[in-house]
Amino acid sequence: MEKKTTHKAPLFHVRKKDDTTLIQAILIRAVFVVLALLVSALFIYFVTKLDPISVYTSMFKGAFGTSRRTWITIRDTCLLLMISVALSPAFRMRFWNCGAEGQVLIGGLTTAALMIYFGSKIPTVLLLLIMLVVSAAAGGIWALLPAVFKAKYDTNETLFTLMMNYLAIQLVEFFVDIWDKKQSHSVGIINMAGHGGWFPEVLGQQYTINIILVVVITVAVYVYMKYSKHGYEGAVVGESVATARYAGINVPSVIRRNVLLSGAIAGIAGFVEVAGISHTISKQTAGGRGFTAIIVCWLAKFNPFIMAIISLFLVFLDKGAAQIASDFGLNEFASDIITGILLFFILSAEFFINYSISRSEPVKEEH
Amino acid sequence: MQEAAVSMRHISKSFGKKVIANKNVDLDIYHGEILSLLGENGSGKTTLMNMLSGVYFPDEGEILVNGEPVSITCPKDAFDLGIGMVHQHFKLIDVFTALENILLGLPKENDTKSGRAAVEEICRKYGFELDLDKKIYDMSVSEKETLEIVKTLYRGTEILILDEPTAVLTPQETDKLFAILKNMREDGKAVVIITHKLNEVMEISDRVTVLRKGENAGTVLTSETNEQQLTEMMVGEKIVLDINRDFVENKALRLEVKHMTVLNPDKKKVVDDISFDLYSGEVLGIAGISGSGQKELLEGIMGLQKCEEGSSVIYYSTAHGTHELVGLDTKQIIGYGLHLAFVPEDRLGMGLVGNMGITDNVLLKRYRKGNGPFLHKTLPRQTAEKIRSELEVVTPDLEYPVRRLSGGNVQKILVGREINNKPTVLMTAYAVRGLDINTSYTIYNILNEQKKKGVAVIYVGEDLDVLLALSDRIMVICEGRMTGMLDGRTATKEQLGYLMTKTGGAH
Repeated sequence: MEKKTTHKAPLFHVRKKDDTTLIQAILIRAVFVVLALLVSALFIYFVTKLDPISVYTSMFKGAFGTSRRTWITIRDTCLLLMISVALSPAFRMRFWNCGAEGQVLIGGLTTAALMIYFGSKIPTVLLLLIMLVVSAAAGGIWALLPAVFKAKYDTNETLFTLMMNYLAIQLVEFFVDIWDKKQSHSVGIINMAGHGGWFPEVLGQQYTINIILVVVITVAVYVYMKYSKHGYEGAVVGESVATARYAGINVPSVIRRNVLLSGAIAGIAGFVEVAGISHTISKQTAGGRGFTAIIVCWLAKFNPFIMAIISLFLVFLDKGAAQIASDFGLNEFASDIITGILLFFILSAEFFINYSISRSEPVKEEH
Repeated sequence: MQEAAVSMRHISKSFGKKVIANKNVDLDIYHGEILSLLGENGSGKTTLMNMLSGVYFPDEGEILVNGEPVSITCPKDAFDLGIGMVHQHFKLIDVFTALENILLGLPKENDTKSGRAAVEEICRKYGFELDLDKKIYDMSVSEKETLEIVKTLYRGTEILILDEPTAVLTPQETDKLFAILKNMREDGKAVVIITHKLNEVMEISDRVTVLRKGENAGTVLTSETNEQQLTEMMVGEKIVLDINRDFVENKALRLEVKHMTVLNPDKKKVVDDISFDLYSGEVLGIAGISGSGQKELLEGIMGLQKCEEGSSVIYYSTAHGTHELVGLDTKQIIGYGLHLAFVPEDRLGMGLVGNMGITDNVLLKRYRKGNGPFLHKTLPRQTAEKIRSELEVVTPDLEYPVRRLSGGNVQKILVGREINNKPTVLMTAYAVRGLDINTSYTIYNILNEQKKKGVAVIYVGEDLDVLLALSDRIMVICEGRMTGMLDGRTATKEQLGYLMTKTGGAH
């Protein structure tokens, strides 16, 4: 007790801000975008010895340089957005569905199976409808299994859905092996000749159906979650299980229903990927989008319109990184570092929107 | 005058721009004195003391200990200066014994043997009763409180701060604690108790400092003040401290609870064979130490807890006939249109949805109404507007998340929704916990109004003075058993306190 404490104060004060206006928030984000570009320009200039401006130009060209590239960017954005939208009914209830990857794969797998076995037997329009329903059902069931256990035994859905991904990957590998006719360890392009079960061109564009599907589903999920009785129940369960029970809501049934919906949309995303984009199936079909979608969903706080913006941004970075890697002969790590720096700064902006930091005033010495 | 043990000068602390917890507060604490820090919930009492104990660091101002300016950046600094604080939520490790908790984190030389001797010496000196080998999970709240105090004393506390120490104690336990605090005062220690209970302030303290909205509203000597003056200092205006209790004729039976038994997940009886009747036009108070089964009793009636075989709750209503509630779930109770209203203890965790506005919260029990898959919000919006204007709820708009509103506004919304449905039975659990004095009286008045309209009201409370002033009858429970049913107009606090701790029940 005789020991005298030294005069010291914490270096910084971090305070929660609750009065950030929309304009301030936009300004802060703008400042961080500029900062991100500057810092990564330093990296480009000093580490890779390249001209930052031409690197940025190349990035932009990678995503929007030609009409074809623009369409690919839009196509990939749609797919990522659809998976993110798929997660929202589950996440809204705090059911951490980390299994979108597997649900997409299973949806893709059933689609591929239907294409292979019925591609030349059933007219494409009818086949597409069947594939839509079957892939949704498959993805839904894949997600429902962990939900049933969660609802009944309160098992941890994060682990359960994660493990289901590996199961899905193994299943895909198993069927790829069965369908692999040329011993090439891949299925190859399915129905290359007749395009059976492929999305037809609409309005002269290959990806019109992809876009229509994603827009319809996004708007439908938004309306369902915001204006329907079911959506209300899900929101209450997500806020507090005790409140839900107090209101007489059957919590297990709401969990099952929302997760089924979540898995079904992810399954449809698998259908879009296989029938509408790649026309093949492999364990790479989901391509990690099931995990990226978690980030998108979180950052957007479940708002589908913000999800669209974030999806576009992430796809843009991805395309841009690939482009600079090939344009300048950089290895992929260098371009990943550049996109990493951009992402880091843009995410940091959120912290400064929600908190303010000030230097503490030094404690006055009294003599 | 002697030098102050602690002086706080021009202390300010804010959280964000909107929440100003303390503003330019001056406070002196002296050795050999018990100081009450009085104020309503949210007036900044705990924040101010947390800056002494190293939990927070002030934005502005300075702290002097024995005349020396100091800087307290962490709890360790506070201990080194001889400042110890017992928080409202105890910081104890459940699976350790009392002694292990006391010695935890101290240097090796405080081994079990010498430590035990020193702790026993402290207990003897001040009159603590403490079993040093008892595990925390076997302890009552009162024992834990005692242990927390001994723990700070062992660490050399000269200035002891207690945050709402009597909130969970029975009257008898409070008396014991106060005797100990007086011993400490005789020993020259400085004691600060944070409280909002006026009778305790009058009973124990030498001086009172009142905080109002984060500012020092004045310091007075206890011997020169009275409860009315202190209330006015706390609230900043004159208010009438009377609770109305009207007598209603022609009571009719509304609820008949028979042999209700509820088990907790460990299969222990938390409600043990409780039977009582509830009539229209009365307030039935339920007294008991918190956690004695009050929550489970009310939730059992509402169909939120499973009642064991043999339990029966019969609901009588002129409009809806007679129903056996045991076996029905909440959805059925709501679906049958039974007018059972329930204001649960956990307002934002059970009664309301924190992130939704008033309209969506009004919707909570009636969202199923109306045809089709979509919500019908027109009527709920009108109800929300009515609740806002009639109960004077302060909110920017009807969609503003209720969790961001003050506790009083939150409770007004919850109570407003429940009485809007014209209940036959209105059950409330700790309806005024954490509310300011004005809102508390608003709630008492609402309950009394409901009673006059013929509603059967259950009021689970913790403040015995209020229970005695508001209730027509008071049921006392202890460890899940009913230990007495008293007439609210003739019962005394001592009777209640005795029954609240009478283990074994009245059978």
